[in-house]
Amino acid sequence: MPKKYEIVKKEDLTPDVVRVTVYAPFVAKKAKPGQFIILRTDERGERIPLTISKAEGDNVSVVVQKVGDGTLTLGDMNEGDCLQDFVGPLGVPTEIEGKKVAVIGGGLGCAIALPVAKSLHDRGVDVDLIGGFRSKNIVILEDDMRAASNNLYICTDDGSYGFNGMVTAQLKELIDSGVQYDCVFAVGPLIMMKFVAKLTKEYGIKTVVSMNPIMIDGTGMCGCCRVTVGGETKFACVDGPDFDGHLVDFDETMARARTYSEFEQQRRRDHNCRLEGMQNA
Amino acid sequence: MPNMSLTKTPVREQEPNVRNSNFLEVNLGYTDEEAREEATRCLNCKKPFCMEGCPVSVPIPAFIQKVQEGDIEGAYRTISTANALPAVCGRVCPQESQCEGRCIRGKKGEPVGIGRLERYVADWAIAHDVANTDVAAPNGHKVAVIGSGPSGLTCAGELAKKGYDVTIFEAFHVAGGVLSYGIPEFRLPKSIVKKEVANLEKMGVKIELNMVIGKTITIDELLEEEGFEAVFIGSGAGLPMFMHIPGESLVGVFSANEYLTRINLMKAYLPNNPTPIFHSEKAVIVGGGNVAMDAARSAKRMGAETHIVYRRSEEELPARKEEVHHAKEEGIVFDLLTNPIRINGDEKGKVKSVTCIRMELGEPDERGRRRPVAIPGSEFDIEADSVIISIGTSPNPLIRSTTEGLETNSHGCISTKEDASTSREGIFCGGDAATGAATVILAMGAGKTAAKSIDEYIRSK
Repeated sequence: MPKKYEIVKKEDLTPDVVRVTVYAPFVAKKAKPGQFIILRTDERGERIPLTISKAEGDNVSVVVQKVGDGTLTLGDMNEGDCLQDFVGPLGVPTEIEGKKVAVIGGGLGCAIALPVAKSLHDRGVDVDLIGGFRSKNIVILEDDMRAASNNLYICTDDGSYGFNGMVTAQLKELIDSGVQYDCVFAVGPLIMMKFVAKLTKEYGIKTVVSMNPIMIDGTGMCGCCRVTVGGETKFACVDGPDFDGHLVDFDETMARARTYSEFEQQRRRDHNCRLEGMQNA
Repeated sequence: MPNMSLTKTPVREQEPNVRNSNFLEVNLGYTDEEAREEATRCLNCKKPFCMEGCPVSVPIPAFIQKVQEGDIEGAYRTISTANALPAVCGRVCPQESQCEGRCIRGKKGEPVGIGRLERYVADWAIAHDVANTDVAAPNGHKVAVIGSGPSGLTCAGELAKKGYDVTIFEAFHVAGGVLSYGIPEFRLPKSIVKKEVANLEKMGVKIELNMVIGKTITIDELLEEEGFEAVFIGSGAGLPMFMHIPGESLVGVFSANEYLTRINLMKAYLPNNPTPIFHSEKAVIVGGGNVAMDAARSAKRMGAETHIVYRRSEEELPARKEEVHHAKEEGIVFDLLTNPIRINGDEKGKVKSVTCIRMELGEPDERGRRRPVAIPGSEFDIEADSVIISIGTSPNPLIRSTTEGLETNSHGCISTKEDASTSREGIFCGGDAATGAATVILAMGAGKTAAKSIDEYIRSK
């Protein structure tokens, strides 16, 4: 039997994106699409919130982009290693209603869009899945997404694969061609969610977005993850992470997301220096 | 013949201008000689008022007599009959409004330094690896304790002594609750909290970290599926309140919980730590309680010019007197009778100033505190790049919203009777989760009461 919080599987999806599957039976038993976990790699590590990509049996998977100090450390870990901490499932599960739904993922957001699409698709909802990426070489989870949807539309910013353009352009094209959506679910970079919400507002289509702000505890204790929704302050960790996309103050959220950007950049430089140091040693 | 000095034996402290840039403990504690000298100030009253002032009824004159006799282990054993966390209480209890506030010596001169003596005895015990970890034979009954803060630790310890099989469930990755995430190292070293928790583990108490009750597992599942016969809720009051003034979501506005958790729990004050912290040039802390003092003194240590903005006057500051005194010594500016009405940002959404209004004290409110009233037209700006809101916390809704039939009051606190029982059979509650934000020692008192009630409940089943 695996040990507590053991990495039972690690798969590279692209050179920068890795899927990590962790033995965490308590979390796996309760996890629903849209919820997240918080992990720490080691005794000194920061608390990293990550949305659950898959929960099956006793295991929980998360898809991680190796960008920050903590996620780079996680990327360096191997199958059989144990995480220090793994807590969840946190947040409110995604709730989407309707017969015809567009699920939109941007980049890494596809890993979160996937379980939402799958659960809708499994219960008979007609799902169009739109996955946006910068370029063909970083497309992830294509087969999984195809299996979880009625129609899969891959878009690339540079046109190297699938639809040439942003997810918003693909969505607009579908709507304009006559597809009628009861609801749109979007998860990905803030700027993408902002423009998806802007577009769907024009068409009057209910839109749910999944927010991923900075947080520490994930249980409502620090207030760090607050998001202004319809003029009210909400805590993404306990009131969300899903909110009405037409009511979220994206500009404020984008500014807040940059609170520690200088700190993060310095940490990244330090991490790379340490790696180079090790290679040179 | 007692020592009739009118003042307490002074305690050594780090110099204000040294300590305000480090996180080492401020108060260095009594030496053996100093403790003995202070102990001789106790009159060993026949009717000890000090004990009446203590929420857990520590036999104060008795332990102080032992200190006088030089029997420090005896003093520790005496305290530990009533108080499981003396090293914590000696440091953070508001003695001036409890034991010391009732001390007869305080009528003329200063009261006996009970807090300093308690700390001395507890630290001696830690240094000499003396702990009261005796427990009764296991009785086979399982009890779950939610939260590892002061009430949970106390309740767990009391139940373990009686032979119960106790498991504490903690949401964070470290035990201790507010003792770990809230109170800073310079006031309560985390090594002490660890030691107290380790002592509980020696008594057979199990601690399950990373368990968010209501999410990872519910109270009903603990009772129905995991075999626990009773549950104690000691989940505290962890939800930060905001002021609901314009600008509270600007970059640079933090709850005291966030700021202190980053520093204390995540150790962001240590160099090269991966948890980010905002390095402020000038910080405004809003509020006047112990948490506000902790946040202000932490911000000062992180290098900021630090102001406390409080809407009442110095007399009404809810913080312990010693914390206010220490904060002033460390160079923290108190802007009293001042209330923020707006936080102003720059074009990037970052805090640049706080607009405040001057206040004056009006008629007393229902609690007898004079109500602050704004003086029209007295608005002014304080330049700042960070604002730390420290105006209180309320209980987290996670447990009440996932436990059917658990009654709460209008403040979101779980309704309890005097014996700590709730509206649900087998579920008990105490500490901040029941009362709203209060003190460590009151939470400990509640944990103790609950342990007694849980014991009676299980034995009567």
